[in-house]
Amino acid sequence: MAELTGNTTAPRAKAGAEGARAARPPAMGRRLIWLAVAVALASAVYMVYGAKGAWGFILPFRGQKLAAMLLVASCLSVATILFQTITGNRILTPSLLGFDALYVMILALLVHLFGATGYIALPTGLLFALNTAMMSLLGLGLFVVLRRGARGEMMRLVLTGIIFGVFLRSATEFVQRLIDPAEFSVVTSVSYARFNTVDPVLLPLTAAVTLPVLWLAWRMRHRLDVLGLGDTVALSLGEPPRRGQSIVLVLICVLVAAATALVGPMAAFFGLIVSALAHTVTPTERHAILLPSAALTGCVVLVGGQTVLERVLALTTPIAVVIEALGGALFLALLLKRKRA
Amino acid sequence: MIRVSNVSHSIGGAPILHDISVEIPKGGITALIGPNGAGKSTLLSLIARLSSLKTGEIEVDGLQIGQVSDRELARHLAIMAQSTHVSARLRVEELVGFGRYPWHRGRPGPEDHAIVESAIARFGLGTMRHRFLDEISGGQRQRAFVAMAFAQDTDYLLLDEPLNNLDIAGARSLMRLLRQMADEDGKTIVIVLHDINYAARFADRIIALHEGRVAAMGAPQEIVTQDLLTDVFGTDAEISHQDGRPVVLV
Repeated sequence: MAELTGNTTAPRAKAGAEGARAARPPAMGRRLIWLAVAVALASAVYMVYGAKGAWGFILPFRGQKLAAMLLVASCLSVATILFQTITGNRILTPSLLGFDALYVMILALLVHLFGATGYIALPTGLLFALNTAMMSLLGLGLFVVLRRGARGEMMRLVLTGIIFGVFLRSATEFVQRLIDPAEFSVVTSVSYARFNTVDPVLLPLTAAVTLPVLWLAWRMRHRLDVLGLGDTVALSLGEPPRRGQSIVLVLICVLVAAATALVGPMAAFFGLIVSALAHTVTPTERHAILLPSAALTGCVVLVGGQTVLERVLALTTPIAVVIEALGGALFLALLLKRKRA
Repeated sequence: MIRVSNVSHSIGGAPILHDISVEIPKGGITALIGPNGAGKSTLLSLIARLSSLKTGEIEVDGLQIGQVSDRELARHLAIMAQSTHVSARLRVEELVGFGRYPWHRGRPGPEDHAIVESAIARFGLGTMRHRFLDEISGGQRQRAFVAMAFAQDTDYLLLDEPLNNLDIAGARSLMRLLRQMADEDGKTIVIVLHDINYAARFADRIIALHEGRVAAMGAPQEIVTQDLLTDVFGTDAEISHQDGRPVVLV
């Protein structure tokens, strides 16, 4: 985020040099600052609203949840933008790659094998390691699909991911039928992202893995602009699309896998909503703007949503459930609105 | 100069090009023509490294395709594909600006801005520079892409059937722009054309391909003949002449 403020002045300076003209692209830098302010506000409200008790307990307790939310929101939002850029399609999300489905299947299998109490007794570090290992395997498989495919490889990757996801979900459903109904409720409650039970050791570990990846994505921002122009144009400009797509796919896999392993599957619609909102707030294709814009928007949506849900409405429902429920409608509305514009 | 030596290529087991060797000299417009399936687009995509070369060698300006880095090649060779569809929502000036990417890798300097400005002025895009690509006509869009290639400042420009989906006014104006780039800026332009008449009217050289082999090569006056139409295109259309250039009466 340090580069963020440094970058915001550039487009404004350039726009000023060109002189005032009708239909000129809007200055994006200021909008990024507003988004950052919104994140800070949402975070502040989340930290202090409705606090009863010793601050010495509340601040670290809430601070950890807040940090987890900011991290997960940034990872998933950036991953969605990256995925949409390499597929050239704005209504796709990396949850199509099947990481969520894999997480739920592992969960159902573990509950089936060890029972609900056995599952809860499992050390979180072990679960995290298992999930990360399985998701790395999945990522490797996707990578092989991408590198092996001849033409239309990105579409092939997406379709493979969708079919694999369907397979995993049916397998999960089968396993769930074998589970004791009482224990089944454990599966349903853990198969949505939860921030209440974030492990204090895993959080810094996840940050140590994902923050460098976010930084790499930021470093690639100009290359991403070119990759978004389509294969031929990118190649003509000296940016071979296959190589770029492979690198970006690795970044996406790490971001999504780490975030999912930390808190569980976030709603599929989360990334879509965030990317649609980010494109509305900062209508540009430049990743120098789009990546921070999406990350900040994601933080506003997640932290703001959680604050309203947890503090104002005093509900214990995971926010992922709410996003999943409302997300479809909101996303459709955004799509239709853009069609008309 | 573009030198193609002993290039063969097959797609999915079906042979497309058979041992092609051809030299395209520096400067001027060279048109690749031929009936459907003759391999002209395949040959162009091999030179453009859109398809990977399996047999034979291709050199552009002394740089061997497959050996030299993409970054380096992007300063010598620009490509315009058949479907120049860009999914990103870009303004015209942004697209033209991307032409400078091989030179500045994301950090444009004053010289880059100056070149983009001159490209916008030269291709008459000043009034639509802030408009989005999906808001302008097909002809204007093609012009924006040519302006981008111009800003890329390469000596070589490859185009694959750029006249598809253009009406006669758009097609003629695009060909005139290319003619201008060849004459005034000394660019070497290789273009796949569907319509022999456009090739005969605007190109300096024509390479006719037939079933994956070079059937004829030379100036339009020399090679656009009744024999070519019969042997290569399998049709008996008549040929007339206008200002010394052949015209196929369709």
